[in-house]
Amino acid sequence: MEPMIASSRQNLPDHQRIVITGIGLTAPNGNDWKDFRDSLLNGTSGVSDYEIRYVGETLAGVCDFEVNRYQSRKDARRGTRAGSVGIYSANEAVQHSGLEWENTDKSRVGIYLGVTEHGNVETENEIYELKGFDYDTQFWSHHHNPRTVANNPAGEVALNMGITGPHYTIGAACAAGNAGLIQGSQMLRLDECDIALAGGVSESIHTFGIFASFKSQGALASHDDPAKASRPFDMDRNGIVVAEGGCIYVLERLEDAKRRGANIYGELIGYAMNTDATDFVLPNPERQAECMRLALERAGLAAEQIDIVSTHATGTASGDVQECVALRNVFGGSESTYVNNAKSFIGHTMGAAGALELAGNIAAFEDGVCHPTINVDDLDPECELPGLVLNQPREIGKPKHVLNNSFGMLGINSVVIIERI
Amino acid sequence: MTPADIREEILDILEDIAPDEDLGDLKDEVAFREQLELDSMDFLDIVMELRKRHRVQVPEEDYGELASLQSTVNYLTPLMKDLQKA
Repeated sequence: MEPMIASSRQNLPDHQRIVITGIGLTAPNGNDWKDFRDSLLNGTSGVSDYEIRYVGETLAGVCDFEVNRYQSRKDARRGTRAGSVGIYSANEAVQHSGLEWENTDKSRVGIYLGVTEHGNVETENEIYELKGFDYDTQFWSHHHNPRTVANNPAGEVALNMGITGPHYTIGAACAAGNAGLIQGSQMLRLDECDIALAGGVSESIHTFGIFASFKSQGALASHDDPAKASRPFDMDRNGIVVAEGGCIYVLERLEDAKRRGANIYGELIGYAMNTDATDFVLPNPERQAECMRLALERAGLAAEQIDIVSTHATGTASGDVQECVALRNVFGGSESTYVNNAKSFIGHTMGAAGALELAGNIAAFEDGVCHPTINVDDLDPECELPGLVLNQPREIGKPKHVLNNSFGMLGINSVVIIERI
Repeated sequence: MTPADIREEILDILEDIAPDEDLGDLKDEVAFREQLELDSMDFLDIVMELRKRHRVQVPEEDYGELASLQSTVNYLTPLMKDLQKA
């Protein structure tokens, strides 16, 4: 059976075309879309010194959004950091969308949030506390279960905003931000909701286990200057900077967006997800290339029609090279395609990465600039690609298409393509 | 701990678990639920904090004793009278 989103997407009726009408986010270098974009164009890093239990001094991308702007102190205490990130981002997105929220049918709103992991933070905290009580489980918090159920961040958004449509998270490692977006668009096409709040969130800097595991794997970045630590494609890259963040989009069917005269920030014209099935952690460039090609095919585009590729590269020795192999495979010598990386500014925001990095790039539809990959002082020849935008932003005219890569452990790959409309 | 100490301790716990509430106007004889936005998970927080801070056990059948500040202090006085104020 042919997939519903066939390659003939130009023929799709407006009620099957999915558009972005609002963007809410918190990144380590900006607490709204404009701030984030400014930081990407000004070369402002969001990475700072950071200390976490057991691991000690390290580096991280830390967000400083105002938690209590949309959430009571009590709910913030009761909930999780991922919940707070989600609540902030979702409220910002709805505000940005211009939706008349009071008059919106909340039973027709769906929440689809990608997460890399959830529950580690709370479990670690509880065990740490329990140690002080000699592991007597009568001191284990009754909040543990509602905080650690996998739907928690999406459920907290629903509680906060009175949304009674479907809510859940999409566990997709570091491909999750794109996966949330894809899920939201599918649910709109299936008429499961009229408005999808879709994207990804991450609280990962609050679990020592993530840092310790990357360290044991030899994949945790270190640098005397925090702003220089995240350096995909550079010869001196030495691993990942873990970051927190969130980015949630308001997605609507084009028909509905037009009817209410909404500002449209882009159309999701193609996407794909596939699986390496080759290794727990090592990426497979062949599958990544297949994923990009499938998204292009569904969008009805040739690779040369992509103006900006937002790469996934995290700053690990092999991962960056593997993605570049895949990019060469798909884009060959395309001279009209520029390539960048937002992790060089903010580190790896895990479940939020795909959604955040996309937001950083679709702003180019309005200002015509491709933000750079910073910290590339000595480009790794194995990462050399024709369109790499390094260290300084580049004016590229009027971009029409952004392709956003997001890949994760266990070989999960996701690609979305957004068109200026 | 004296009843006054216990009252102070309960208010301290409430400040933690209901940080948005103004406890200055709390009436001792009136039920918490009529004055504060507290649900069953919040009452479990009170029970947990008493357990963590003072090793005081409040069995489930006695949860009703924690209805108001006054009833809570009355209930806890015999259980906490030999404890030292922190």
